[in-house]
Amino acid sequence: MSATAMPESTSWQGSFWLPQNASPLTGGQDALFYFIYYLSVFFFIVVVGFMVYFAWKYRKKKEGEKTPDIHGNTKLEIIWSVIPGILFIVIFIWGFRDWVSLNQPPQDAMEVRVTGRKWDWSFLDVKTGAETSDLFVPVNKAVLLTMSSADVIHGFYVPDFRINRDVLPTMYTKLWFKAEKEGNYPILCTQYCGTKHSQMVRYVRVVSEEEYQKQMIAAQGAGLTPAQLGKKIFEGKGACASCHSVTKERTRLVGPPLYGAYGTDHKILIPPSNKEETIKFDDNYIRKSILEPNYRGVPGYALIMPSYQGQLNDKELSALAEYIKSLKE
Amino acid sequence: MLTSHHDAGSNYLNAKKGFMSWLFTVDHKRIGIMYFVSIGVFFLVAGLFALLLRAELMQVRIPDATATSYMISADHYNEAFTFHGAIMVFLVIIPSIPATLGNFLLPLMIGAKDVAFPKLNLISYHLYIVGALFLVYTVAFGGLDTGWTFYTPYSTQTSTSVIAAVFGAFILGFASILTGVNFIVTVHKMRAPGMTWVRMPLFVWAIYATSVIQVLATPVVGVTLILVAIERLLGIGIFDSTLGGDPILFQNFFWFYSHPAVYIMILPAFGLVSEMITAHSRKSIFGYKAVAISSIGIAVIGFFVWGHHMFTSGQSALASVFFSLLTYGVAVPTAIKVFSWVATLYKGSISFTTPMCYTFVFLFLFLIGGLTGIFLGALSTDVHLHNTYFVVAHFHYVMMGGTIIAWIGAVFHWWPKMTGKKYSETWGIISSVVVFIGFNLTFFPQFVMGTRGMPRRYYDYLPEYYNFHLLSSIGSFVLAIGLFIVLFTWLHSIFYGEKETRSNPWRAKSIDWTDTAVVPIEHNFEKQPISSHGPYEFDELVKPAKAGEH
Ligand code: HEM
Ligand SMILES: [Cu+2]
Repeated sequence: MSATAMPESTSWQGSFWLPQNASPLTGGQDALFYFIYYLSVFFFIVVVGFMVYFAWKYRKKKEGEKTPDIHGNTKLEIIWSVIPGILFIVIFIWGFRDWVSLNQPPQDAMEVRVTGRKWDWSFLDVKTGAETSDLFVPVNKAVLLTMSSADVIHGFYVPDFRINRDVLPTMYTKLWFKAEKEGNYPILCTQYCGTKHSQMVRYVRVVSEEEYQKQMIAAQGAGLTPAQLGKKIFEGKGACASCHSVTKERTRLVGPPLYGAYGTDHKILIPPSNKEETIKFDDNYIRKSILEPNYRGVPGYALIMPSYQGQLNDKELSALAEYIKSLKE
Repeated sequence: MLTSHHDAGSNYLNAKKGFMSWLFTVDHKRIGIMYFVSIGVFFLVAGLFALLLRAELMQVRIPDATATSYMISADHYNEAFTFHGAIMVFLVIIPSIPATLGNFLLPLMIGAKDVAFPKLNLISYHLYIVGALFLVYTVAFGGLDTGWTFYTPYSTQTSTSVIAAVFGAFILGFASILTGVNFIVTVHKMRAPGMTWVRMPLFVWAIYATSVIQVLATPVVGVTLILVAIERLLGIGIFDSTLGGDPILFQNFFWFYSHPAVYIMILPAFGLVSEMITAHSRKSIFGYKAVAISSIGIAVIGFFVWGHHMFTSGQSALASVFFSLLTYGVAVPTAIKVFSWVATLYKGSISFTTPMCYTFVFLFLFLIGGLTGIFLGALSTDVHLHNTYFVVAHFHYVMMGGTIIAWIGAVFHWWPKMTGKKYSETWGIISSVVVFIGFNLTFFPQFVMGTRGMPRRYYDYLPEYYNFHLLSSIGSFVLAIGLFIVLFTWLHSIFYGEKETRSNPWRAKSIDWTDTAVVPIEHNFEKQPISSHGPYEFDELVKPAKAGEH
């Protein structure tokens, strides 16, 4: 997590009035915006039009001109109260319907916890446990944000998604969106919070599913040595520790103990004939054992280890190797 | 015309002499003038702060901005917008029309020789000055960086001088309440014989409705601000959630006052516009009752819409729904007023005087301000616009484009009555044109950057907003030039202006014009005026065949 947020130079993508709408389903506000907009333009032209026309037509031509004593016109007054009244009700109901969808995240939304603090954001991906300072999400996936603040009130605003909600201390507020286009969308703070209020700029980075996975993994490893990262995966995401012991005692669990194994000569059985072979316990052996555990057996253990193919990337594999390597005196 | 032959030698301006005769006067007219001068000074100061803000925002904003790319530091910028907002709201717009023209005109319009409690009126003014000095004190020492909204928990945590500012706002609240009580009693008890409620000028209706809001709403903000001070001083958790308080509670309290306060700001302007548009088009107001009653309607419903400032705050989604619905309940009477003013012009005899030009400017700008309110009142569109420059533009269109413009126009309108001098019609009209251009150039681009997502209270911004900021800043300088032309027109009139000789140059029909001297005498009227007709029955009116409606 870098200390200062860095605004990026972006070219304008959007219409004259509104930014691009990358999450059109969230609230669907744009249609209502334009409805009110065209109504406003219409009423503006009518009212200013009459004003200018009357001002010109009835300008004073001579002193002491006679003017009619008009006190009102009930019919006209009813018309111009009822018509705006009806339009306002339409607008209210329309806004209300969008409001409902804004407040109802889909059931299958992936969850991210958002923390606002003076003066930065941080994001915790609930599933992977990865913590990032920009919000990485896969494209076309509904995302539910559960937000809170570490200090004063902030406002979480993504103009390109039309979402905006205050982030409060000691209370959770929620927002959701579903970005339909890859890209980087600025997150701005809308609730004044002091010195660097205007510089709490972070980005929602909408990426492909693979890129998202990559980023989560990279984030999981951020700031750790490869061995530390390996340990984290070994105990966390990989859940390796549930079957392999790593202590000096070389306790026997479901799988063979790994303490002190690195660099030794290791006996294995190659199916289907279970011919015994001796192999060097090195990085390649570790990698192969994680990705294709059943290409060999270890004497005395059942062939039940799951394959991690597609779940761990190169960086993680190397990290695991480093960790296993470090398990010695 | 009763008193038009009155000896021009003695009037309220020269009846007593010396600084002290002003400072301790109980004459509502002099108090009005003193308010005018004081508020004018604060307007100038807060306006200069605004120019500072605009100058800051004019610099190129780039991703690689360095510390020296900024004219002033972030903290100074934050203090500057706080002073601008707080001074404009608490010291300028809220008291502007009621304290100046309300004081000056209310007794004159209803044919009274003063307000009900003249001494209380003077106390209000002194409280105003004391409260104002407290606020100004924060400018000089410690600064204040909370924004005029004082949102907790920021305001209970910042190291700047919140206490002094809060105390100042509290005292100002008292000034406002006392003025309100005074005006309410005056309207009820001091009307001239024959002055029924439906013969009152619409400005009196507007001031009356405003006073009711002032009396009912102001205590709430007073209490709230004191609670903030208690929390800061004693560390008792009221709003600060880390101390066990509720952070949204403050916002509820605050807007419970501050939303009605926006009607304190605009209703008096509505009243002035009704006076000016009738006098300069020589027509009776179209739909007197609708205009008068809509003021009261706005005042009442205005109390139940505060939550529309909080749609995105985390308040209950259901509460937001009611607030949105009620917001449109206020919008209808507002629309009725605008239509009625335009209809008043129909078949009139319209003179393009300075007050009339300002009235046209008002209608144009207020219309935009009102229409943009519709975007903000709808639940879903507000989400995208809340706390952006769209809101900034919206409230400047209503508060400056509405209130301040009507105020300036009305000062021109009553200028002869207040000063006994003529002003330059040419320069008056030029000022209205320059103000109109400058205003739109300043604030229209803010709508566009707002809808594009530029948040408010930013001293730094993404590069895509630069062009709009640049236009806005240029506009602010044009606007400032326009306002200086106004000031010079007034000063020129005072020092070099021709003497006004007519007691009723606009040939208006309300008592403030018909029954007073060129410049009113100290006790307003030589003898008790009697109201025998409505305020907009002009001599040249062609009465309808079957008269007797009023
Ligand atoms: C049809 C008329 C109007 C409607 C529907 C309307 C609606 C709104 C709404 C919903 C907001 C909150 C927006 C947000 O914070 O996201 C707002 C803000 C505001 N309005 Fe209006 N408004 C109207 C007229 C006025 C008038 C007449 C005034 C004052 C003279 C006014 C002054 C303000 C101010 C000062 C704010 C901003 C407060 C702040 O957040 O600092 N409005 N308006
Ligand atoms: Cu913030």
